Amino acid sequence: MSTATHSLPRTIGAHAVLLTYTVIALFPVIIVIMNSFKSRAGIFGAPLTPPTPKTFDLIGYTTVIGQGDFIHYFQNSLVVTVASLFFVLLFGAMAAFALSEYRFRGNSLMGLYLALGIMIPIRLGTVAILQLMVASGLVNTLTALILVYTAQGLPLAVFILSEFMKQVSDDLKNAGRIDGLSEYTIFFRLVLPLVRPSMATVAVFTMIPIWNDLWFPLILAPSEETKTVTLGAQLFLGQFVTNWNAILAALSLAIMPVLILYVIFSRQLIRGITSGAVK
Amino acid sequence: MAAAPKRPFRWHIGVFLAPAVLVYTAIMILPLAGTLQLSLFRNIDQVQVFVGLENFRRLFGDPNWSVSFWNALRNNVWFFIIHMIVQNPIGVLLAALLSSPRLRFSAFYRTAIFVPTILSFVIVGFAWKLILSPLWGVAPNLMDLVGLKSLFTPWLGKEQYALTTLSLISVWQFVGIPMMLIYAALLSIPEEVIEAAECDGITGMAQFWKIKLPLILPSIGIISILTFVGNFNAFDLIYTAQGALAGPNYSTDILGTFLYRAFFGFQLQIGDPNMGAAIATMMFLIILGGVCVYLFLVQTRLRRYQF
Repeated sequence: MSTATHSLPRTIGAHAVLLTYTVIALFPVIIVIMNSFKSRAGIFGAPLTPPTPKTFDLIGYTTVIGQGDFIHYFQNSLVVTVASLFFVLLFGAMAAFALSEYRFRGNSLMGLYLALGIMIPIRLGTVAILQLMVASGLVNTLTALILVYTAQGLPLAVFILSEFMKQVSDDLKNAGRIDGLSEYTIFFRLVLPLVRPSMATVAVFTMIPIWNDLWFPLILAPSEETKTVTLGAQLFLGQFVTNWNAILAALSLAIMPVLILYVIFSRQLIRGITSGAVK
Repeated sequence: MAAAPKRPFRWHIGVFLAPAVLVYTAIMILPLAGTLQLSLFRNIDQVQVFVGLENFRRLFGDPNWSVSFWNALRNNVWFFIIHMIVQNPIGVLLAALLSSPRLRFSAFYRTAIFVPTILSFVIVGFAWKLILSPLWGVAPNLMDLVGLKSLFTPWLGKEQYALTTLSLISVWQFVGIPMMLIYAALLSIPEEVIEAAECDGITGMAQFWKIKLPLILPSIGIISILTFVGNFNAFDLIYTAQGALAGPNYSTDILGTFLYRAFFGFQLQIGDPNMGAAIATMMFLIILGGVCVYLFLVQTRLRRYQF
């Protein structure tokens, strides 16, 4: 490597650009969270300063927790996300195993069929999905959302997992077969534990769009009982347009769980993106 | 399988495949096909009657529909153009800086710049709406710091700026994805290639333009098609920031919001599933067209650069 690439002005320049963009990326998030802890006077008087003892106020949070049914929405989101994730991972891993392990007629055609959904968004089928859900009486149930998100997540999960399953050693599986293990045992006891890291990557990829989705909750499950946190926040924010304390607090409450999860899993997520792209 | 021609039918393959294929077919493929089919029918006296391409003729020709449709399509194309000319260069720049060897804090920068991407549209839309609001004054105050206060206007409220502003907000949210993918592509360039370039005296900017950029073109292709699919399918951000009417005066209406209004109806307009299906079919064809262009034209030409 030539020394020119590491010269001091260059490094400073790189840090300056990256730091500027980091500020741009984080600034809106920080300003919302910061102002959610302030009184109304503080929000409007000095929006750019952190809360001081004089302007510190939790009135926004008490309004939100008092008025909105956020705990309930949160539970709905959690149920939908966890259940969909479970089915995507289980069904996705099973299909990926079948596609990567066995050679049978129509194998690559099946792979292509399942990969179709990576590029074509499920949203375009909404009209017929709603009819289907109405016909089967699943409108305004969490089951409808779980089914849709499972279908939505499967194509990418199958695609990524079959790439990883091809790397599992054949000797190990054949050793299992010689010991008389059934194909099911080989899958659940030998292969699944070995692809756990890639399962985690798929989980993170699948989780974010499900948790953040607004379209399907809005269309398939808008009732009070089944609102997810994203839809709840959307409606709540629409109702409280003039109560800035409540809006900022609601936004912060919606940001924080995602942000905390992200900080915990960011290494996993970023490794997943970079390793997936190298392929 | 030449080795075992008389092998019994392998049920386990079916068992492994069945759940995924069933759910995927029932909830995704059949409804997609159903939607395409529905676009050829119309509800006359509670009965679905086959009308051929009549719905499309209405969509393109009947002023009640075509004005909104072409407007939404035009806006959607602009939405995509802004993404391509702003998001990709910023993504490439950030990735190039991040991948420079021995850069400190690069994990921190990566994590921080990716934060907006994980947030929901609802949060992003509302947070920016508040920040750009003339009532609150965060944006005017900030512009005052650099002496540009006179340039401030309520961007989201003005017809000529609203769509561009929303596109830029969307770029702000998603720039992390091109950054990550290009970063990964840059890391995967073999060391020998770079060393060979250096032996020939190609360093710094020239090295980036002549060696690295051609090698990351496949990644830029993937990002472009992902952006294309995402943009022509977008809905949430516009709906959150501007409502289903995509104001002011439909200036931010894109195909997603248009589909929503056509399908569900809004205010005085009555919902029409068949016209909704026709719009969804158009979106399907546009996305399919983009994917085909990518697969058959772009990817086959770029493949020769891959290792």
